Amino acid sequence: MWLWFHKLASPPHAYRLLGKMAPWFGWPALAMILLATWWGLARAPADYQQGDAFRILYVHAPSAWMSMFIYVAMAVAAAVGLIWRIKLAHAAAAACAPIGASFTFLALATGSIWGKPMWGTWWVWDARLTSELILLFLYLGYMALRSSFDDPQRADRASAVLAIVGVINVPIIHYSVEWWTTLHQPASVTKLDKPAIALEMLYPLFIMIIGFQLYFGWAISRRLRGEILRRERNAKWLQEGA
Amino acid sequence: MRRAATSTAANLVFRRDLTLAWRRWDEVAQPLIFYVVVTTLFPLATTPDLAQLRVISGGVVWVAALLASLLALESLFRSDVEDGTMEQWVLSGQPLGWLLLAKVASHWVLTGLPLVIMAPVVGTALGLPFDAWGALVASLLLGTATLSVLGGIGAALTVGVRRGSVLLSLLVLPLAMPLLIFGSRAVGMAMDGESPAGPLQLLAAIFFLTLSLGPLAMSAAIRISVET
Repeated sequence: MWLWFHKLASPPHAYRLLGKMAPWFGWPALAMILLATWWGLARAPADYQQGDAFRILYVHAPSAWMSMFIYVAMAVAAAVGLIWRIKLAHAAAAACAPIGASFTFLALATGSIWGKPMWGTWWVWDARLTSELILLFLYLGYMALRSSFDDPQRADRASAVLAIVGVINVPIIHYSVEWWTTLHQPASVTKLDKPAIALEMLYPLFIMIIGFQLYFGWAISRRLRGEILRRERNAKWLQEGA
Repeated sequence: MRRAATSTAANLVFRRDLTLAWRRWDEVAQPLIFYVVVTTLFPLATTPDLAQLRVISGGVVWVAALLASLLALESLFRSDVEDGTMEQWVLSGQPLGWLLLAKVASHWVLTGLPLVIMAPVVGTALGLPFDAWGALVASLLLGTATLSVLGGIGAALTVGVRRGSVLLSLLVLPLAMPLLIFGSRAVGMAMDGESPAGPLQLLAAIFFLTLSLGPLAMSAAIRISVET
C-alpha cells in the first residue's frame, strides 16, 4: 500500500487516484460491516458465561486492533516522509491521526460499556483498557504538536519525529502496563481478556476486522484528498480543474 | 581551522551550562521547591495518617519527581535557540547528538540529581520506611536520567512553539508512564521486603535504550526547529 505512495507522490495524480479508489473501499466496507453485525448479533451463539453481553466484542476488538494498526501505519508514513522527503507521505500521516484517535476512543468506550455488566463498574484499570488510554494520549499529543506549528512543513517533520519516538515506545508501554496489572489484579478479571473463543464466534469477528480495514481505506482516501486540497490550494493544477 | 575533538566540545558544553546555572542558582532551585510543595499537597488532600500515606508514598514521590523535572525541561533549549547558539552548534561540524547529550547531562546534574538526593527526605515525611531508601534512590537515578533524555526530545520538538510547556507535558508524560510503573513498583517491592532488582533492571534497560536512540531523535528535532 505504501509502495504506490512512493511511485505516485505527485499530488494531482494521487488526488485523482484516491477519488477513484474510495468507492472500492467504501461499499465493500459497508457490506462487510453490515454482514458482520448481523452475524455477530443474530447468528453467533451466546457466550456461556457472559450471555449476550459479549457481543460488543465485535466492535471492541476490531477497533482496538485498528487503533494500533493505524498508529503503526502513521509512524511508517511519517518515517517515509521524513527520510525520502515525500510530502504526500506526511499528508497521509496527518490524515491517519484523527481516524486512529477515533478508533482508540471507540475501543475505550465499548470497553467501558462492556465492563459495566462484566465487572460492575464503568472503568477498571485493566491492562488493555489502560494501554488504549495511553495510546489515546499519544494520538492527542501528536495532533496537538501538529496543530501548534504555523509552518506546515515544520509541523510535518516535527510530528514525524514524535510519531517515530512514539512507535518505539508503544511496545514498552504495552508490556509495562501488562506487567503492572498482572501484579495488582486478581486473575479472574484478566481471564476475561483472552477468553477461549469458539470458532463460530470468530467468523463474524474476522469479517468485522476486514470491514474495519476497508473502512479505514475509505476514510483515509477521503481524508487524504481533503489534506491534498488544503495543502495544494494555491497550486495551478487545482485551478485548471483536476 | 582544525575541528576540535568531539569529547572536548561536549565537555565544554557541559561545563558552560553548569557555569551558567551556577550564576543563576535560584532558577535551579525552583524545581526542587516545586517538588517539595507538590508532595506536601498529598497529605493535605488525603490524610495526615502516616500508616495510610505509606501505601502511596513511593508513587507520590515518583509523580512529583516526574512533574518537577518536566517543569524544568521546558526552557532546556530555548535560550540557545533564541540567541543563535544552537545554529552555531548545528553548523559546527560536531555530531549534534553528542552536544545535546552533554547539555541534557548538565541539565540532569542540575535538576535530576537534586531531586534524587531530596527524595529520601520527602519520602520519610510521607512515612516511607528506611528499608526502601535504596530502591527509591536507585529507581529515581535511572528514572530521572531517562526522563531528561525523553524530555530533551520533547523540548527539542516544542522549542519553536508558543506556550510550549503544556504541550511538552502532553508529549512526554505518556512516554514516561513505563518509568513511573517500574519506579514506583521497585519502591513498593522494597517496602514489602522483596528484592526490587527486577523493576530496577527493566528501568536500566529503558535507560540504555533511551540513551542510545534519544540523541538521534533530539538532533533530528533540533535541526527541524532551527532550520528555516
